[in-house]
Amino acid sequence: MSNIPSDLRYTKSHEWVRLGANDAAEIGISEHAQSALGDLVFVEVPDVGRAVKAGDACAVVESVKAASDVYSPVSGKVTAGNAALAAQPELLNQDPYGAGWMFRVQMSAPLDPASLMSAVEYAKYLADEAK
Amino acid sequence: MAELQAREPLIFELSKPGRGAGTQYPPRTAGTAEIPAPYRRAAPPLLPEVSELQVVRHFTRLSQMNFSIDTHFYPLGSCTMKYNPKACNSFAMLPEFLGRHPLGPEPQGFLACMYELQEMLREITGMQAVSLTPMAGAQGEFAGVAMIRAYHRARNDLGRTEIIVPQAAHGTNPATAAMCGCTVKEIPCDANGDVDIDALKAAVSPATAGIMLTNPSTLGVFECKITEVARIVHEAGGLLYYDGANLNAILGKVRPGDMGFDVIHMNLHKTFSTPHGGGGPGSGAVGVGARLAPFLPIPVVGKDGARFRWLTERDLPQSIGRLSGFMGNAGVNLRAYIYMRLLGREGMVRVAEFAALNANYLMKRLQAAGFEPAYPKRRASHEFIITLRAENRLFHVTAMDVAKRLLDYGFHAPTTYFPLLVPECLLIEPTETEAKEDLDRFCDALIAIRREMEQEPEKLSAAPHTMPVRRLDDVRAAKQLDLAWKPAA
Amino acid sequence: MAFIPHTDDDIAQMLQLIGVPSIEDLFDEIPRELRAGALGVPPALGEMELGRLMSERAASDGRPLNFIGAGAYEHHIPAPVWAITTRGEFYSAYTPYQAEASQGTLQLIYEYQSMMCALTGMEVSNASLYDGASALAEACLMAVRANRAANSRRILLPRTVNPVYAQVAQAIAGNQGIIFETVDFDRAAGRTLLESLQPYSGQDVTALVVQQPNFFGCLEEVDQLTDWAHRNKILLIAVVNPTSLALLEAPGRWGGQIEGNRGADIVCGEGQPLGVPLAAGGPYFGFMATRMQYVRQMPGRIVGRTVDVDGRPGFSLTLQAREQHIRRSKATSNICTNQGLLVTAATIYMSLLGAAGLSRVAAASVQRTADLVAALSRIAGIKAAFSAPRFHEAVLVLDRPVAPVLAALARRGIFGGLDLSERFPELGAALLVCATETKTAADIDAYAGVLADIMNQSRAAA
Repeated sequence: MSNIPSDLRYTKSHEWVRLGANDAAEIGISEHAQSALGDLVFVEVPDVGRAVKAGDACAVVESVKAASDVYSPVSGKVTAGNAALAAQPELLNQDPYGAGWMFRVQMSAPLDPASLMSAVEYAKYLADEAK
Repeated sequence: MAELQAREPLIFELSKPGRGAGTQYPPRTAGTAEIPAPYRRAAPPLLPEVSELQVVRHFTRLSQMNFSIDTHFYPLGSCTMKYNPKACNSFAMLPEFLGRHPLGPEPQGFLACMYELQEMLREITGMQAVSLTPMAGAQGEFAGVAMIRAYHRARNDLGRTEIIVPQAAHGTNPATAAMCGCTVKEIPCDANGDVDIDALKAAVSPATAGIMLTNPSTLGVFECKITEVARIVHEAGGLLYYDGANLNAILGKVRPGDMGFDVIHMNLHKTFSTPHGGGGPGSGAVGVGARLAPFLPIPVVGKDGARFRWLTERDLPQSIGRLSGFMGNAGVNLRAYIYMRLLGREGMVRVAEFAALNANYLMKRLQAAGFEPAYPKRRASHEFIITLRAENRLFHVTAMDVAKRLLDYGFHAPTTYFPLLVPECLLIEPTETEAKEDLDRFCDALIAIRREMEQEPEKLSAAPHTMPVRRLDDVRAAKQLDLAWKPAA
Repeated sequence: MAFIPHTDDDIAQMLQLIGVPSIEDLFDEIPRELRAGALGVPPALGEMELGRLMSERAASDGRPLNFIGAGAYEHHIPAPVWAITTRGEFYSAYTPYQAEASQGTLQLIYEYQSMMCALTGMEVSNASLYDGASALAEACLMAVRANRAANSRRILLPRTVNPVYAQVAQAIAGNQGIIFETVDFDRAAGRTLLESLQPYSGQDVTALVVQQPNFFGCLEEVDQLTDWAHRNKILLIAVVNPTSLALLEAPGRWGGQIEGNRGADIVCGEGQPLGVPLAAGGPYFGFMATRMQYVRQMPGRIVGRTVDVDGRPGFSLTLQAREQHIRRSKATSNICTNQGLLVTAATIYMSLLGAAGLSRVAAASVQRTADLVAALSRIAGIKAAFSAPRFHEAVLVLDRPVAPVLAALARRGIFGGLDLSERFPELGAALLVCATETKTAADIDAYAGVLADIMNQSRAAA
């Protein structure tokens, strides 16, 4: 059973979003995703100031097995990237929802919560995928 | 293997300033020609300084750490690790062939071999024309898709930019499509391992450039409905590309041209036994039907009366172009030619027969021993898949563990984790050049490993135990990149 | 039966276990109507008869005296190189995916990578690509991926870069929106002038390709060109000859006027001169090296050193996830193989020659070409074309069409050079000649003598 915090929203491509005050969003990838990838060897986060649209590939995670794009679930401007991941990509494996956050975006418009999945919906999505 | 206890040092660690293999240096030339100072190197490059014997000993010892077809059974699915006849090498290395510059007058002896190779490949694949230029399977694939694109563009059908690919396809297929400016549409296979016909019908459209297939498929089974697949794609206006990785299964039995394919790439380093060389060189010759013949990559060998010559831009103005600096991997093509002459008509027909015999025999024996084939009701082609999902559930062993443990038993592992569709799989291809006793020994090893799964699983999880190194830390290899030797500061 | 070990007994036993009466039944899933008829290929030959045929064909090709270069160079190949490379353990080994069973190949490739870094002055090398021409195509795709400052896919390609390389780059990279722009060369010097690049200053350009020595054998002013590129945020792709690097400045040190940005960004080229025979055009190998900051954009296989569970050092393929994933970026490659056997030969070659031996090979080749140019220029109607300093090739201009002269030379067992008149019509009747350390003074005299003869005869006939 994968850990899926109930206060976050999720995408079909396994990103999570933590919504903060004033349309700030923090983004990472889920426990399921990091587990499927295995030990990460390299993480690339977007540059501060970069404009992103929802669905843009803007980061990369690479393990021995696979390299995957990470897509921004929201539109806006990147305000921060987690610099610690450059030297310690394993932080993402160890704590995908905390210290392993990937980047933060100042959203260009308030998010419609229906555009992302709830924890319950994501759990069901994972169960369906596994069949 | 076991006697190589001490690690073989790096050649740099054997170096000593002032040492060298002087016999190999050319004599000093009298004269004053010199590179002017601004262009000259500031410091000499840091290359080894060793004697000739040290070089010979070092690289011979390195070779002894390798598995190879000459020393081990190598049932790597989809790689066709058959015997590489020594004659192919010794004839290809005749000094007149070896010393020939590619840009001189056309060498008639060598080109006779190349022309005949083109003709033989044409004949056995049922195609109309062949180019020997692509230097590897991936380049052959690229040539195939590029020709399909060029064909549609030449007819002003510019909207055809989609390539249909079965889910079980090799990873290079989508990458190749992207290189040609196309997008990929995946379709599933059905429970029998064949292309899902309904899904295919839904997938074709006026945007379809073509479909990339292999037959037998990567699942090791023959695509029985291939004629229907061809009809559906052709009627939709697309073309059929055949990935020849599995040609060994059907050589002499079926011809891709007869199945309806418009273009095929062949891996001469698989079916035609040119050496794998530790990772290359390969050769990805392509064959085409009449529709695509004008687009073949150049150069192609042609004949003017009795004289052979290269056909180039002038002869094939619609060609997709040159893919190599000269004419592809000429020496590899020559080895394939020699192999085909040694096999001849009778030998080529026997390839698929005995490849199938060996594969089906192995599959039945392993099935009887309790292993689970992925498609137990189907005939094996020249290869078959065993899935270890049950063993994974029961004993927590993985295909990787089994692969590593097989090394201890003196066998190179089969292909693992390909195709991705089958969990914990081993793709096993014995090829036709293996004797029954060697197949039996391989089965016995797998049976012994299966017993170990239940009784001594740590023998698998910690395998290999008898190689020059134990299991390597590839996470560290990717995180702490050490990609070149540097002298101690 | 060629290479098939089965006896009738074996066949019977195996069919019985499988449960079919005959081998033909194993193909029962294949529809009848698709089954092939008799194969129209010749019957089998035994090794003895085939050996005879191959010897006859080889003999008919003969062993002419070769003075052609143009991207493939004749050098002495020490005896141990192919004696060891054709050992079964190297020759018939597979790609080293099972690292523990392939430490020989993997360590060798690591040593190769180290040597290429040493030669080129770059931080990291891959395990090789197919050949020099396709390596340039891959370098262009890589530059598009790596150059974050550029959005256009324009790549500047001087005409002094091997024209076949330009064709191959177009064929391979052209489908991904890459635009190659030609830059002309100076007719007197035989190389690219900085002035020709000025129109591109400040524009959105992805990369500049510089070949050293260039296709004509002339030395480009690589420092100026590199600094210009970097000043304009353009990546520098160097195409180099590995033998020349024993004497010429390493591309990793080109430039020097731009603070903190010295050296080429991507280096590539043809590795054939390093112990690989001419062999009618292949197989050769391409090499590629780059800065560590771009390593994840570099195509091809890479070997890394690591440790096993006991802490023992070992080698394995690394950064493999990128191979199929390079498609995520702006430009895609599908390459997965390398030229393992040729890399083996090259590594043994470089180990035997070392820096000292390689500089002797390079210096001798420089001298021999100079001698050749001097000897041929003494013949009336022949003169050297360019004023720039050269490495081991030169362009000569004749007072009459080149093709008949070359044909006459060939009839007398001499391959005189490459006719440039079609590709470079503005040069007139131009001939590219090359003499390496394999040519003696007597060889050069022989060439000069026969050529003088031919020139006199056709003058007399005129």
